[in-house]
Amino acid sequence: MSGYSVSVALTGSGGAGAMTAGQILLDAASKAGFYGLMTRSMGPQIRGGEAAALLRISTKPISSLDDHYDLLVAFDWGNIARFAAELPLAANSLVLTDPEQGEVPEPIAVFGARAAELPMKSIASGIPGGRVNMVGLGAAAVLIGLPLDSILSVLTAQLGRKGEEVLAAATAALRAGAEAAAILPSVTKLGTAPKDGVVRWNISGNEAAGLGALKGGIKFVAAYPITPGTEVLEWLAPALDKTGGALVQAEDELASINMVIGGSFAGIPSATATSGPGLALMTESLGLAVASETPLVVVDVMRGGPSTGIPTKSEQSDLNIAVYGLHGDAPHLVVAPNSISDCLYATQWAVYLAEALQTPAIVLSDQAMGQARALIGKPAESPYVAKRLVAEANIENYKRYALTASGISPMAIPGTPGNNYVADGLEHNERGTPSSQASDHQSQLDKRAHKLDAFDYGDLWADIEGDAEIAVVTWGSATGPVQEALLRAKAKGINAKMISLRLILPIQPAKMAAALKGVKKVLVVEQTHSEQFHKFLRAHYDLPKDVAVISQPGPLPIRPAEIVNRLAAWK
Amino acid sequence: MTVQTPLTHQDFKSDVKPIWCPGCGDFSVLSAVTKALAELGRPREDIAFISGIGCSSRIPAYTKVYGFHGVHGRALAIAAGVKLARPDLTVLAAGGDGDGLSIGGNHFMHACRRNVDMTYIVMDNQVYGMTKGQASPTTAPDWCNSKLTPEGTGISPVEPVRLALAAGANFIARGFAGNPNEVARLILEGINHPGFSLIHVLSPCVTYRPEQRDWKQAVHASDATPAQLIAEAMHRLASDDGFTTGVLFAGNRQAFMPPRRNLATIADLERKFAS
Repeated sequence: MSGYSVSVALTGSGGAGAMTAGQILLDAASKAGFYGLMTRSMGPQIRGGEAAALLRISTKPISSLDDHYDLLVAFDWGNIARFAAELPLAANSLVLTDPEQGEVPEPIAVFGARAAELPMKSIASGIPGGRVNMVGLGAAAVLIGLPLDSILSVLTAQLGRKGEEVLAAATAALRAGAEAAAILPSVTKLGTAPKDGVVRWNISGNEAAGLGALKGGIKFVAAYPITPGTEVLEWLAPALDKTGGALVQAEDELASINMVIGGSFAGIPSATATSGPGLALMTESLGLAVASETPLVVVDVMRGGPSTGIPTKSEQSDLNIAVYGLHGDAPHLVVAPNSISDCLYATQWAVYLAEALQTPAIVLSDQAMGQARALIGKPAESPYVAKRLVAEANIENYKRYALTASGISPMAIPGTPGNNYVADGLEHNERGTPSSQASDHQSQLDKRAHKLDAFDYGDLWADIEGDAEIAVVTWGSATGPVQEALLRAKAKGINAKMISLRLILPIQPAKMAAALKGVKKVLVVEQTHSEQFHKFLRAHYDLPKDVAVISQPGPLPIRPAEIVNRLAAWK
Repeated sequence: MTVQTPLTHQDFKSDVKPIWCPGCGDFSVLSAVTKALAELGRPREDIAFISGIGCSSRIPAYTKVYGFHGVHGRALAIAAGVKLARPDLTVLAAGGDGDGLSIGGNHFMHACRRNVDMTYIVMDNQVYGMTKGQASPTTAPDWCNSKLTPEGTGISPVEPVRLALAAGANFIARGFAGNPNEVARLILEGINHPGFSLIHVLSPCVTYRPEQRDWKQAVHASDATPAQLIAEAMHRLASDDGFTTGVLFAGNRQAFMPPRRNLATIADLERKFAS
């Protein structure tokens, strides 16, 4: 219970319209001036599986789901056991159930929440073309205090094209649900929407990553579809087409990463998006991009692994392969967005870094951010755009891999007269000619490591909030719950600092040492089974003696309360 | 004002010394490539030459154009990326039978059907030379000289030109390294033909397949005009002995290239997120 937000879960079998209702609710909240977040939980079925729209609507910007839902609207109870664990309820939560669908099932009843009946199906059947999800949505809106007008305006905008009958049916079902809700027990209500004049954006993490790539200067994308990364590509395909770029669907990830290498070699900033299995296929060629010093960006929207794992649900367990997966000594960039809006910023920054440093950048997003939608303030403009150091024409005795002070050497782009060279994955000398000599290997390894180490990444390497003797060190989508937990802890008199790493590679020992100055206790928060992030920190950074870890695999999100409890136990 | 003298094939040769064995057919293919590029008449900087891994894949470094020597099997993917990102460049790809038809087999099929305008030279010697003599996808099933398959592979070989035809390549030719002038002509024709062109070159490995020296007796020029219909080419290739040289198929499919349009600004796209 945050006091400034209300959490609503809408569930039903695939086809019941839970996702549609959730989307409309989020859009309506946006219209009414609220902030919000919606994630989705779905089974692997293409149609007919279980589905839940998980929303939190708030009077101020939020970064995390809450500990529990205030209202659960169940259109039916199909397959509920599969995802009941993702729908935690408190004693004063309300379960809205259709008597036609039978008793509240055990996996939900066990939470001990209040329950109320609403004959959604029967009400819907009394309205020509009426649908169950609209009845439930109308009830939910009244219960949480969201003005019905905001939903009606969304419906008009979205269904207007489908004709008056469709709109009239939806409107009637919505109103019927709203009227029926008048006699239902009350639930937590929304406060007053902030009149902050901030333009709201309604955007998913995957769309934000696509936009970040585009704003960074990406003009060519080659890709292979994979859940949950596909929406990055589906957003980019028309976006690139409209803005002078191109997206090509490749035959597999081996092809997509190599097409991207080709596009970048040819001078066009290039990128792809994938998920764990695709990243695994790409790793050999990421090594090629390192060795040939070809800039590119791979957005990895992580899902549960290993192997096919849980394609539709989130986990942070690609950290190891992103950091250590390449063979040989292969310095590269790993950048991790830590919020939905940061999917935009971090991806845009990754394009800038990859191009500036002529090396591949892996952006580690995940399903929880990628497929979640947020109502956020319009993101501020970021100055980071692709700017590659290119060679001018006709350089005498041009050396593509010249040893320079920065480690970065001017890259000749095909079409530039006089500087033709052959990019190579074989170790090479400064000119690019293959060489197995120890001295060339040493100097080129030094060069490729040095250019990353010597670069100034500024303050963006991590988000640091607060100052205290306790620090919570985290990354990626685990950051949201940490931020919320620290606010709640502060209210209880527990002060803690947050360090959320955005730049995973290259490591930043001096900056981390400064950030940890005076810190006596560290709590690591991450979403993996084997504490990948904790081990990564142990390998590369000096941590204080007292370290605790919250590390749990997906798909259950990390709840703020768990973090608060751990901090309280420490105190 | 300076008068531009046309570039000769020597102008397309680099000073890097090939790693190939004396007598390797790939030397002739290198000559054919440089000859074809000289005749093409485009500036060196407007040509990109992409390869994978293997003996023959070393070829870009021996030329004086922009090149990329990538990883095993992925030459066609890099080449497609270059062409799709920079339609103004002339793109060549090259490699061996193992690189193109085994580890790169999936890309071979899809490059044929994608039909991006580029020219792929497969130097086929029916053996993995760089790893010291193993059977490749074009090796006969009863070739027993590899320690890896001492009793032969027992597997039917792939016929690259038939595979290319079935997969949709728009231009298919076969040459013999012993006749570099013909190979040069075929490469030039391939470059000038729209879409994906396969130039299959029988290029003997004198080290692991010395019997391939006899290929010069086996090859024979095609006496037919190039087939323009797939069915006709299929029919001819069904009875082909694998040693017919010349243009075997010249189709008329349109090359694949996504259009470049400027219909919106990024700010226009961003407005869709505002509620």
